[in-house]
Amino acid sequence: MRTISPARIALTAACTLVLIFLILPVLIIMPISFSSARFLTFPPPSLSLRWYQQYFSNPAWMQATRVTLMVAIFTVLIATPLGVAAAYAISQSKLRIMRLVHMTLLLPLVVPIIITAVGIFFVYVRVGLVATMPGLVLANVMLGLPYVVISVLAGLQSFDPTQEMVARSLGMNRLRSFFAVTLPQIKSSVVAGGIFAFISAMDETIVALFISGGQYQPLTKRMFTALRDEIDPTIAAISTLMTAASFMLVLVASARQRKSA
Amino acid sequence: MLALVSPALLVILLLIVLPVGWLAWQSIYHDGFTLENYRRIVSEDIYWRSFALTFEISLLVTLLALLLGYPVAYAANAVPRGWSVLILALVVLPFWTSVLVRAYAWLVLLQRTGVINQLLRSLDVIGEPLALVHNTFGTVVATVHILLPFMVLPLYATMQKIPGDLMQAGASLGAGPAHAFLRIFLPLSLPGVLAGCTMVFVLCLGFYITPELLGGGRTVMVSMLVSRNVELYSQFGAASAVAVVLLVSVLLIFFVVSRFISLDRVLGQK
Repeated sequence: MRTISPARIALTAACTLVLIFLILPVLIIMPISFSSARFLTFPPPSLSLRWYQQYFSNPAWMQATRVTLMVAIFTVLIATPLGVAAAYAISQSKLRIMRLVHMTLLLPLVVPIIITAVGIFFVYVRVGLVATMPGLVLANVMLGLPYVVISVLAGLQSFDPTQEMVARSLGMNRLRSFFAVTLPQIKSSVVAGGIFAFISAMDETIVALFISGGQYQPLTKRMFTALRDEIDPTIAAISTLMTAASFMLVLVASARQRKSA
Repeated sequence: MLALVSPALLVILLLIVLPVGWLAWQSIYHDGFTLENYRRIVSEDIYWRSFALTFEISLLVTLLALLLGYPVAYAANAVPRGWSVLILALVVLPFWTSVLVRAYAWLVLLQRTGVINQLLRSLDVIGEPLALVHNTFGTVVATVHILLPFMVLPLYATMQKIPGDLMQAGASLGAGPAHAFLRIFLPLSLPGVLAGCTMVFVLCLGFYITPELLGGGRTVMVSMLVSRNVELYSQFGAASAVAVVLLVSVLLIFFVVSRFISLDRVLGQK
């Protein structure tokens, strides 16, 4: 019989506790969002949908939701093709400068987001993009690009470029051979990259705090302002919906990635 | 090939390189060159205190994340595949929840009438509610929670590459499990430790949402110094100088770390 050592028990216990620490805060939001109480009590006295009702019937929250969805959709539509083109060029080119280009495209992950936010704010003030939809979309395209580039580069790594050369030797031009041979094989990583860019745009808060305003305020900015003032369970309802949306998207993305792996 | 990267490159240049360059310019130029903004960072209390506090909190958060993250990564690496998928899924799950949502969750848990205080009072552990939030404690707890996945993932990636037979070889040569771990496994996992610590530390240096929402106005981290100078005081030069010092610190850390391990290892996680 295998003996269970004390070290093993300690490790299991530590690991379990840390995992509970990680998961519990994410889960605690849900029962609160279904609570009937005005103030946060746990467990909730009785169940109700009043906070969801409050969310769906409030024009300000609805407008913010529309802005968030629009920004996220436009971000994906722009960042995905740009990111795919860049990743393809980086992986195929032997130019030494591509290494520098690659690093530059990952800059949004390196520069602290608060610095990016303030910098964009200063530039937007000059060019009149503050509190506009194009301003929000552009900033999120920039923030989402690294996710697309990283994901597609990983997909291209397992792709054999000689296949494309074969296609070209059979008379296809470069563009056609890319769409006919390469793209179908890296489709999963393209979709995954796009989904990550979508989630990144949906969750983005700090840049929006500085550059959004008026009727073009995304959900996260309104939530942040609401949280600074008072805690209202409507936020729990919105959080639950946002979390559910993220999880579903991540499930789709990781199912895709597994298929490609 | 350069034509293919240029649209993406243009977006990055216009929306991050140009704005950051602008910040740097603005920090030294205001109707003529001036180092006034930097002098203030050194000479005025609230500035360098804020920098000191930010580095302290980041160090603390990094150590806590390492302490909590190492056993999880170790377990995920040691258990059979099914279990490790479950552990990693639980680690990554909060990763894809909005930072804002997680900050809110900690407010709910930690505030005076929050879940933890209610629980402790109903169990008669405490009489008066504890001040768990609107202070540095709340900020640190929530920040560790948010950054922990950035520690676990590089640790796990490194541990995966350590051949299992090395430990067996150690054992066959007479090393006990603890000895084998300390002499073989731990040193080989150090690149992962460095990658994880770098990511957590650097992200924490620029963290904004948790100190703003959970710090109660007393935990003024550098990021808040930047935003307050912009939003409340319209001191754009001062804000820019603080941002530049923060950015240079971050780049310096990345540069030093890149001498020891590949940066792909640090950045490739998310």
